[in-house]
Amino acid sequence: MLPKALEKKDLAGWVAALAEARRVAGPVRKEISPADGSERFGWEFLADPEDLRLDYDLTVLGPKKFLWPPMQSLVHYDLDPADPKPEAVLEHEPMVLFGVHPCDVTAIGTLDAAFGQQVADPHYLARRADTAIIGLDCEKPCHESSFCLDMESLYPAKGYDLMLTDIGHAYYVEVATALGEALASAAHLRPAGPEDLKARQAATERKRAAFHLKLPLEVKYLPEALDASYDSLVWQAIARRCFSCGSCNTVCPTCYCFDVVDEIAADLKGGARVRRYDSCQLDPFAEVAGGESFRKERWSRLRHRMFRKGKYILERTGQSGCVGCGRCDRACVASISIRDTFTQISGSRES
Amino acid sequence: MSLADINLQEGAKAESPYVPKMARVVEAAEMTDTERFFRLEMEDEPLRYEPGQFVSVTVFGIGEAPISISSSPTQGDVFDLTVRSVGAVTNALKTCKKGDRLGIRGPFGNHFDYAAMRGKDVLFVAGGLGLAPMRSLIRYVLDHRKDYRNVTILVGAREPRLLLFRDELAAWAKGGQAKTLVTVDRPDDSWKGNVGVITRLFKQIKVDAANTFAVIVGPPVMFKFTVLEVLAERVPENRIICSLERHMKCGIGKCGHCQIRGTYVCRDGPVFTYDQVKRLREGI
Repeated sequence: MLPKALEKKDLAGWVAALAEARRVAGPVRKEISPADGSERFGWEFLADPEDLRLDYDLTVLGPKKFLWPPMQSLVHYDLDPADPKPEAVLEHEPMVLFGVHPCDVTAIGTLDAAFGQQVADPHYLARRADTAIIGLDCEKPCHESSFCLDMESLYPAKGYDLMLTDIGHAYYVEVATALGEALASAAHLRPAGPEDLKARQAATERKRAAFHLKLPLEVKYLPEALDASYDSLVWQAIARRCFSCGSCNTVCPTCYCFDVVDEIAADLKGGARVRRYDSCQLDPFAEVAGGESFRKERWSRLRHRMFRKGKYILERTGQSGCVGCGRCDRACVASISIRDTFTQISGSRES
Repeated sequence: MSLADINLQEGAKAESPYVPKMARVVEAAEMTDTERFFRLEMEDEPLRYEPGQFVSVTVFGIGEAPISISSSPTQGDVFDLTVRSVGAVTNALKTCKKGDRLGIRGPFGNHFDYAAMRGKDVLFVAGGLGLAPMRSLIRYVLDHRKDYRNVTILVGAREPRLLLFRDELAAWAKGGQAKTLVTVDRPDDSWKGNVGVITRLFKQIKVDAANTFAVIVGPPVMFKFTVLEVLAERVPENRIICSLERHMKCGIGKCGHCQIRGTYVCRDGPVFTYDQVKRLREGI
């Protein structure tokens, strides 16, 4: 499909046109930091197309929440014990995620694999299938803790319908899918000309120059390095600082573990089975009936998370469990860094 | 598997794996102070399961809990559960009676490889509630008794009043189909059987290591000492079989609760060989 270009002045008009058929979510300014006066951004449904801020940097939470909400009803039933009539709850509506950075595009690919493979989970997939993804390429690292180049999430080959690249006065628009083509036709996108292509090439070169590898090993060796470090005291050393608060899980764009609880409606007539984010760092996560826990030690839970991010999810889904976005590093109140951890254990690999 | 292999549109229309199907209680009985026995029948399609699998049981308005199936598919369309009251759901099941309706999802997980055991000796070692999942295989083997060689059943409980399936243990012992030995840690005045930990029963049996499958299910500490005993009898690690307990919430390898290293007990287990379990490390 041929690339297109959109003048920046036409951006809000395009968003408004998209919003006629789909709910549009994108990065917006959330607040001004009282500490340093900098702007802070978050992902929200857009109330006004003008709110969209494509110059955003790393958000606390990624766009995951639109596809994988913190709480989601799975089943509804009646509280009549004679006839509960359980039924699936499948809530979805047409959405656009506008301006998704490459790391989050990659992370959504991991969620797609986790919920799409083996037993399909329509509660996730119905939302996902109804969602268009408009990516936004990065020209420079958005946070000091990010290591997306290492984790191979900076140049996603797929997982988006359109990909925008900032070329100054306009956006260069790569059209990846038929849905993307349809979305593009809602706006006055012109075919990309030679000047646009040249400008895009320059942007790509700036991107290549701006990102640097940060890990001392190639990511393909990470599972092996983790395996070699399994019995190391390094986990106890790193976990000395860990509070087991689970912030790392909450902000992670690929974490998808969940707890399941039943909730009773206020009228006492209906009940719902609800899933909600859970955290492998919390003490009761690996508890079984009767109270025995198989990961009692804080360090064993921290090790489990690092292994999930660097090895288990990759082996299970074929997609990386860590995209190197740096959110967990930034969220950690104890300054535990997944990048530093991967760096430290990389020496464990037998050479 | 790459992204292209995932069909979002097709998956979006898949049947929800989280909706329980309705089952009716055809029998409910007290077994001990904390354990209850249920015999259930699915209202629509009968449950098609294998020995060693588990189901998720819903008490509507309370929640869902994973429970091993205690019966063998050879007994027909009804299936049995042995439930220990430890949490909200299992405590709610205390008042559940014949005719009540429950939700069932599953069956989930792999199963005991009874085909591989054909023509061999089978040594069952069950501690406490471990007899519940093991009974599915014991009954399967006894229902196909001629396919197997010597069958030995060792059962341990802390106290006589905590023994599960007492009548069946007595019948197995009497019937001569299986050498059945029972021991308790703390006897009461009426107890006339063996006393002591389950490993002491090994002094009363002979193990033909080259032709034996040892199936061990029980609490972690019992498992460790029993594996040691069976290995001392020279049974190879890949013919020592166990079933692991985890709190599966989804049963389909998504929620993460039953994960041991890269293994999801709900899909890759709950049945493992000792050879596999020793590699899991966080397993027992």
